[in-house]
Amino acid sequence: MAEHFKTLWSSVKDATYVSPETNLSTEAGFMSEMGFQDSDIMKQAFVLLQELVQQSNGSFISLILEDEDIKIFMNSLNQYEDFDNIPIDIRQRLHAVGRIISVCVNTSIASCNKVFESFFPLLMTYLGLSVAKPHENSCLAEDYNPPGRLNFGALYLCVEVLSACRYLVGSDELTPIPDFANQTWGVMLHNVSKSLAMVFISLLRSNVAENSQNAYVCYGVKGLQNLATFPGSLLAVSKSTYDSILLKLMSVVTSDINKTFLWTLAMNALVEIGSFLDKCPDSERLSSYESIVVEKIFSLISSDDSNMPLSLKLQAAFEIGATGMNFMLRVVQGLDEAISATLSAVYAHGNRKSVEPTVKLLEYYSNKVLPWFHKSGGSEEIPLNFALSIWDKIENNRSFNLDSLENELLDATMMAMKQAVGSCSEGSQEKIINKALGVLLSSNCLQWMESISGNTPSEAEGLQQIHKLDSFAIRDEWITSLFASIVIALRPQTYIQNGKFILQFFITTLLNGHVPSAQALGSLVNKLPLKITGTPLSKNLCLDEAVDMIFHSCIWTSYNGSTYERGSSEIDLSSLRLCSLSPESDKIHATIGLAWIGKGLLMRGHEKVKDITMTLLNCMISDGDRGSLPNSKHPSLVCNDEDLHHQLMKSAADAFHIIMSDSESCLNKRYHATIRPLYKQRFSNTVMPILSTLMLKYDSPSIRSMLCRAIAYVVSDTPLTAILSEAKKLIPLLLDCLSMMVEDIMNKEIIYSVLLVISGILVDKNGQDAVAENAHSIVNQLIELTTYPHMMVIRETAVQCLAAISELPYTRIYPLRTLVLRAMLKALDDPKWVVRQEAVRCRQAWASIASRSLHF
Amino acid sequence: MNSGLINANPIVYGKKERRARTAPVDVDEYAAEPIDQLEIFDHIRDIKDPEHPYSLEELKVITEDAIEVDDTKSHVRVAFTPTVEHCSMATVIGLCLRVKLMRCLPPRYKVDISVAPGTHATEAAVNKQLNDKERVAAALENPNLVDMVDECLAPSYE
Repeated sequence: MAEHFKTLWSSVKDATYVSPETNLSTEAGFMSEMGFQDSDIMKQAFVLLQELVQQSNGSFISLILEDEDIKIFMNSLNQYEDFDNIPIDIRQRLHAVGRIISVCVNTSIASCNKVFESFFPLLMTYLGLSVAKPHENSCLAEDYNPPGRLNFGALYLCVEVLSACRYLVGSDELTPIPDFANQTWGVMLHNVSKSLAMVFISLLRSNVAENSQNAYVCYGVKGLQNLATFPGSLLAVSKSTYDSILLKLMSVVTSDINKTFLWTLAMNALVEIGSFLDKCPDSERLSSYESIVVEKIFSLISSDDSNMPLSLKLQAAFEIGATGMNFMLRVVQGLDEAISATLSAVYAHGNRKSVEPTVKLLEYYSNKVLPWFHKSGGSEEIPLNFALSIWDKIENNRSFNLDSLENELLDATMMAMKQAVGSCSEGSQEKIINKALGVLLSSNCLQWMESISGNTPSEAEGLQQIHKLDSFAIRDEWITSLFASIVIALRPQTYIQNGKFILQFFITTLLNGHVPSAQALGSLVNKLPLKITGTPLSKNLCLDEAVDMIFHSCIWTSYNGSTYERGSSEIDLSSLRLCSLSPESDKIHATIGLAWIGKGLLMRGHEKVKDITMTLLNCMISDGDRGSLPNSKHPSLVCNDEDLHHQLMKSAADAFHIIMSDSESCLNKRYHATIRPLYKQRFSNTVMPILSTLMLKYDSPSIRSMLCRAIAYVVSDTPLTAILSEAKKLIPLLLDCLSMMVEDIMNKEIIYSVLLVISGILVDKNGQDAVAENAHSIVNQLIELTTYPHMMVIRETAVQCLAAISELPYTRIYPLRTLVLRAMLKALDDPKWVVRQEAVRCRQAWASIASRSLHF
Repeated sequence: MNSGLINANPIVYGKKERRARTAPVDVDEYAAEPIDQLEIFDHIRDIKDPEHPYSLEELKVITEDAIEVDDTKSHVRVAFTPTVEHCSMATVIGLCLRVKLMRCLPPRYKVDISVAPGTHATEAAVNKQLNDKERVAAALENPNLVDMVDECLAPSYE
């Protein structure tokens, strides 16, 4: 084998050094870097080289190290100082030599020694350092600036050598770390490490022009990262060097925020160092990292330092924290304190400037930190304490000095609360809800509740004053909203104390228009256990009781004023209307409540959802009830009555949207909802026949438009497979809906979803038969939609559907050809490019189904 | 008709990048996007040359710069460059261009097709033929010609 070494080496050299076939990697961000991508030949050449070096025990290495070309190249490195002046082929050679040397280094200790002996002093000289007498290196001075430009070739090779050494030492993970203090290369490295670190640090400091700066900066940071992540104890890199590296990187992160390239590199280096520490912990380094990096991050978050924008601070904090659990705990501590401080500022002093940072902090907490903890299996102490501390704060601030509700802040707090509660176990959730209940009971929320229970018709008018929103003070609304957030995120097994009271409370607040209460009610009925085993006197709430309570509440009384018996399963549907004596606005809020409650019941498959659906339908078609309302006593309500009535019908129709669609804010998997499979299909199968019979029955345009809305909402959220089986019956219905909804500009989203359903039917084979039967009406409606002025995607989808229709059997569609072509002529002139493109395709499709001339 | 090809060895250039569709979020719903050079070019770039399996763009018969569009005046002018001076396919290419643009643009547009000045021996005659409505209509009555045109236009509809 040995006799072939020479030939082998010359062929490897040919492939890599003499005529390398590397391609510049196409990452646009690093155009000035040495980002070369090796061709396959080169990759295999390097693999061969590694094998040879490993097997030859030193003889091959000597071949390489004594090679003339390599020597000449190394000696000529000082010609090319500036990175920009290095021509491409020299850069390629540099890359190849770098790879060759790193392969030699990381194969074995002996080879590493040899390489170091030959090349290292030379490299150091180019960098202006002395290996033999490290103490005399000028770079050890405090503000060292390299004279002139640093030799890039030497820098690059040096960094490559360092990473190869690191790889060599680190690869022997299981065997004890070899004592490389006695190895030649270990000694050399140890001597120079401090100076090297200083040189790298100075690179980060220099203020040269941007472009060429990038390459130097990149390799400077890489070198620092390699030094800092050197495995083994601090034999190679001393503690002071390590500290200075960390200090420099941190200072870049905190002060050089405008130099994004440098900032990102430094950030990534710190993250790498952190994860390395997490994998191979070392007590001394750990303490350095903690004191320098983590503490600084901690103080950053808590301070009001406006040098760094908050989002950058949070990003830095999260990335450093994500490297290890201990770091994250510290970061979370800092975040907790910051949130606590800003919230106090907002609550107690009404400081409006603190609102925005608080919102950011809370969003970061709920979107990044809490999911990270959940994923990494952290303990639930963090979310538990977070939730409890917020409630503490609310309890301690008896009066909020807020002028307005601060919706953004309230939303962010609710989201964070939901996330926190959702990731806790049952026991912690019980603690949270008990605490919150305590705060609720001691607040003012209840004073108007007592007057509402026992609602009789004669007191209705007196109650109307209490129903006004202004008396619902800001603090009370906050408490109610946050309490609702907790209930939304509970697990089904969590025990809820005072369940009946909570239920009644939510029913009352819901009538005031508080939507989160409605969502909370929905979540409750979704998750409550069906029956409680044990003593019947227990205070546990079970589902049947809850449903009874809701049905007997002031939401529902029979129109005639007589309530039905408690516990009877027969409910007279015709009398199931909303309490006709409360103001219409309350009815609107009640429909929203019913929608969420219905959704909760539907998702678990409870049969009472039928009653709710019936009530909603009655609301939609109740056109003639207005005469019976005692409006004469309230003249101010008369002129608004039609409007409100219309709104009531609309919100009943929109209730179907709430029931069918997926919501991000509650009743989903994240918040532990009970979901029975195929619930949407089941609902659709029950409701659609009723809706279509109602459509046939009623003539009044207002009722029909509401029914159309409801149908549209139900159909667009039903899975396509369920629709395809009913396609024949559904298509005429959908077309009616489309024609009714086109008149109102607010309907564009619904129109688009219905159009998507139709296009889904069109592309399916079974659906195409149904379409072919109704081809004429579909084409007419689609042509009308191609000129819909308010939404481009509707026009585009309509044209695409028309193009798809051209594939149907010729006998069905040829009568429509001229109609479509005429419509396409108009569509060719559409203001939007996308629609025009589709129109060209559609026109060609329709024109080619017949060989008649196109001029008509 | 010649039995051999007019230009047996055409120079083939590369294809330019296609325009990507902007994400719908950035689009202002009511802003009008007038028809521009690139759009016209997109319509005609894939037309196949009658003799070779290359597109007109690849043979650099048409370039984006040779197109003039004025949306407000509803006017398009295209100047194409035949590959050789004595190309007798010039009229067919011109006819393909005209038919394609007739089919792809709204009816209000006036289309002018001409040979780029100085690139063809009988430039004036070809231009006159291409812009005469009646001669174009008569050509489109000829089934052989229509077939050839459809064959050339087929790749541009994909």
